[in-house]
Amino acid sequence: MIAESGHYALVLALGLALIQSVVPLIGARLRDPALMNVARSAALAQLLFAGASFAALVTLHVTSDFSVANVFENSHSLKPMIYKITGVWGNHEGSMLLWVSILALFGGLVAAFGNNLPLSLRARVLSVQAWIASAFYLFILITSNPFARLVDVPPEGRDLNPVLQDIGLAVHPPMLYLGYVGFSISFSFAIAALLEGRIDAAWARWVRPWTLMAWIFLTLGIAMGSYWAYYELGWGGWWFWDPVENASLMPWLAGTALLHSALVMEKRNALKVWTILLSILTFSLSLLGTFLVRSGVLTSVHAFATDPTRGVFILLILCAFIGGSLALFAGRASSLKQGGLFAPISREGALVLNNLFLTTACATVFVGTLYPLALEVLTGEKISVGAPFFNLTFGPLFVPLLIAVPFGPLLAWKRGDLVAAAQRLLAAGAVALTAMALVWAWARGGSALAPIAIGLGVFVIGGAVSDLVERTGLFRLPVVTAMHRGKGLPRATWGAAFAHAGLGVALIGIVYETTWNSEYIGTLHPGDVRGIAGYQLTFDGMTQRQGANFNELVSSFTVNLDGRKLGVMTPSKRSFTTRGMATTEAALMTRGVSQLYISLGEATADGGVAVRVYHKPLVLLIWFGPVLMALGGMLSLSDRRLRVGAPRPARSVRGLQAAE
Amino acid sequence: MTRKQRRLTIIGGGLAVLAVAAALVLNGLRDSIVFFSTPTMVAEKHVPPGRRFRLGGMVQPGSLARGDNLAVSFEVADGGATLAVAYQGILPDLFREGQGVVAEGVLQPDGVFKADTVLAKHDETYMPREVADALKKQGHWKDDYDKPAAAAKPDQIKPDQIKSGPVKAGPVSLRESAERAAQGVTQ
Repeated sequence: MIAESGHYALVLALGLALIQSVVPLIGARLRDPALMNVARSAALAQLLFAGASFAALVTLHVTSDFSVANVFENSHSLKPMIYKITGVWGNHEGSMLLWVSILALFGGLVAAFGNNLPLSLRARVLSVQAWIASAFYLFILITSNPFARLVDVPPEGRDLNPVLQDIGLAVHPPMLYLGYVGFSISFSFAIAALLEGRIDAAWARWVRPWTLMAWIFLTLGIAMGSYWAYYELGWGGWWFWDPVENASLMPWLAGTALLHSALVMEKRNALKVWTILLSILTFSLSLLGTFLVRSGVLTSVHAFATDPTRGVFILLILCAFIGGSLALFAGRASSLKQGGLFAPISREGALVLNNLFLTTACATVFVGTLYPLALEVLTGEKISVGAPFFNLTFGPLFVPLLIAVPFGPLLAWKRGDLVAAAQRLLAAGAVALTAMALVWAWARGGSALAPIAIGLGVFVIGGAVSDLVERTGLFRLPVVTAMHRGKGLPRATWGAAFAHAGLGVALIGIVYETTWNSEYIGTLHPGDVRGIAGYQLTFDGMTQRQGANFNELVSSFTVNLDGRKLGVMTPSKRSFTTRGMATTEAALMTRGVSQLYISLGEATADGGVAVRVYHKPLVLLIWFGPVLMALGGMLSLSDRRLRVGAPRPARSVRGLQAAE
Repeated sequence: MTRKQRRLTIIGGGLAVLAVAAALVLNGLRDSIVFFSTPTMVAEKHVPPGRRFRLGGMVQPGSLARGDNLAVSFEVADGGATLAVAYQGILPDLFREGQGVVAEGVLQPDGVFKADTVLAKHDETYMPREVADALKKQGHWKDDYDKPAAAAKPDQIKPDQIKSGPVKAGPVSLRESAERAAQGVTQ
C-alpha cells in the first residue's frame, strides 16, 4: 500500500506541476491575479505530494519491505537504521526522488516566503520552476520508478554497497543536491525576467539570498564529499579531478561568479545581461552534472548507447532547458535595458575581474571534463585527462584571482584608488612575505613554489583581516570604540571577510599537505616499529571483530611521540556478508590540524600486513576553509538590515528576505 | 576615461584572459593527456619506451607473483596479446586474477610495463569501461565478464584475499558503482 501511495503521490505531484507550468503564465499574460495565485497553492501542494512520496520511500526502506525492488536491491534487514534511511538516496531511483523533492522544497519556499515579490514575477518564477519539476517527475515515472514491486518477494535484501555504509552518505548527497537544485531558483528568476522583459536592481536583491543559500550548501557538500573520499577510500587523497567531482565544481565556480555579479547588479544596476546569463549557465552546469552522474555516460559511452532510456531522457531534458533558455536569452537579452558602465579600477571592476577568472577557470574544467567524452564519441580514441591537465590550467588561472581577492573589498564603488588599497594591504603583504621567507627557510630551500603559494594564502587571509581592521578602526581608535564599530558593521561585511579568509585557509592546507606529507608503505609484522614524521608506530597485532552486517579484521597500532604514548589507532578491513565485498576503514589520529592516517593492505601468510601510513600536515585546513566560507555565507544571509528594511548603506550585501 | 575607452579596457582585459586560458588548455591537452592501450594495441603500434599511457585488459589468471617489499608482477591480456606488468605497492581492494584492470605507467626498454598506479574504478560486477569497450571491439567480450563473482561468505574470505588500494573515484561515483552492483548481482 505504501509503495502504491508513494507512486500515486508522485503522479499527483506531476499533475500539479503541469498545472503550475501553464496556468500562472496565462495569468501573468492576462494580468489575472486569481490565475497567477494558482502558482502559490500549486507549488505548496506539489511540495506536499513530493514530500509524501519521498516519505513513503523512506518508510519502505526503514521497514525493509523487500517486495519493492528498490528496497530489495539496496537494503538489508540487518543494516543499521541510519544506513536504512541514507540508503534511500544511495541508488539511482532514490537519489532522483531526493532531487525532485528538494526541487519541490525550493518551489514551496519561494511560494511561502515570496510575498514581497511582484505577483507576476512570482507567478512566472514558479511556472519555470514547475517546468523543471515536470520534466524530472516524468523522468522518474517513466524510466526510474523507485516504487516498482517484485512479483516474488525475496526474504532478504542485497544490502547497500559497503563503501556507502558511512555517515558521509547521510550528509554529502543531500547537501550537494540542496546546492545543485538551489541554483534552479536563480535560473527560474532569470527566465522569468526574460519573459517579463524587465529587470532591475530589485531583481538581484530577490535572487541573491537564494543563490547564496544554494552556494552555502554546495560549498559544504563538496567539502564534505572530499573529506568522505579522504577517509573512506583508504589512500589519503582528497581530490581526484574525477569527472563526477568536476561536475560539482563547475556549478560552484559559476555560482560563486553569480553571487559576485549579482552584487554589482544590486548596487550599481550594471552587468544585468551578464548576471542573467550566469544564472542560466550555473543551473545548466548543475543539470550537466546530473546528466554526467545519472546517465551512465561516464561508466561507458557504450552502455549509454545500448541502454539509452535514462541517458537519452536526461540528455533531452538537458538540451531542452539549456537550449531553450539560451535561445530565449539570445532573443530577449538585447531588449533588457543596459546598465551603466564603470571605471575599471573600482569595486565593480574588481568584481568583473573575479567573474572573468572564475568563469574562465570553470571553462577549463569544462573542457578537461568533456573533451575525453567528445573525443571518444567522435573518433573512438580513449584518453584520460587527469590531475596534470587541471594543475596546469586551473592553477595558473586561480593565482591572479587570489592576488586580486584582498583588493576587491578595499576598493570603493564607482571609482576606486588602487594605490590607497595597496597601502592598506601593506601590513598583509609584509606578513605574507615573512610567512614565505619563514616557510622557505624551514623547508631549507627546495621548490620555491610551495612557500610562494603559502604566502599567497596568508596574503588572502591578511587582506580579509586588514579589511575588518580598517573598518572597525582597531589599532587606530580605542579598543572599546573599535569593538562597538565591529558590532555595528553589517554582518555581510563580516561574511565577505570570513569567506575570503576561508579561501586562504583552504589554499594553505592544500599546498602544505601536498608538499610536505610523508608516507610509509610496507609490510609490518606484530611488534614492528616504524617512524614517520617524528611519530613511532608499533604494530601490536590483529583481531577479528563482528559488526552488524560485516565482520572485520582490526589491526592495532600504538602511537608514540618522544617516548610518550599518544594513543592507539585501529584501522580495519571489513568484509560484508551479503555482497562479499571488502572495504578498508582507515584510522585517523588528529593532532591539531594535522593527521596521522593508517590504512591496511593485504595480510601476508606469515602474520604480517601491508600498510599505508601517512602523516598529513595541516590537512584539516583543506576542509576548514570551505566551512569558513559557508559560515561567511550564512553571516551574509542573516544580515539584519534586510529584515527590518532600513535604508541600505552602499556597502551592504543582501541576505535573505524574511517573510512578512 | 571616456565611455568607449572604459568599454575597450574591459573587453580587452577579458580577451587577454581568455587567450591565456586557451593557450593553457591547448598546452595542457598536448602534454598531459594519457592515451589508453590494450596489449594488442601496444604490440601493433610499437609504443616507444618512456611514454606514459594507460594499459587495460584482464589480469591473466596464474600470472600474479609477489616479491619482496610489496613488489608485484602480473600479466595483462586482452585475448590477442599479453604484456608483463611490474608494480610496487598495495594493490586495490578489487584487484583479482581474471578480472579487468587499468594500470598507468611507462613501457621499459626490456618490454615490461612499469606501472605507478593501478586503478580499480570498478567493483566485482563492473569492468573498467575502457577495458570492456576494447574487449568488445576485438570480439573477445564474453557475457560472463558481465556477471558478478558469486557472493562470497564472510568466513570464506581469508585475510590474504582482502586487498586494498587506490580506488580513484569520488563518493558520488561510488554511489554509481553501488547501482551497477545492484544491477549486476544475481543470486
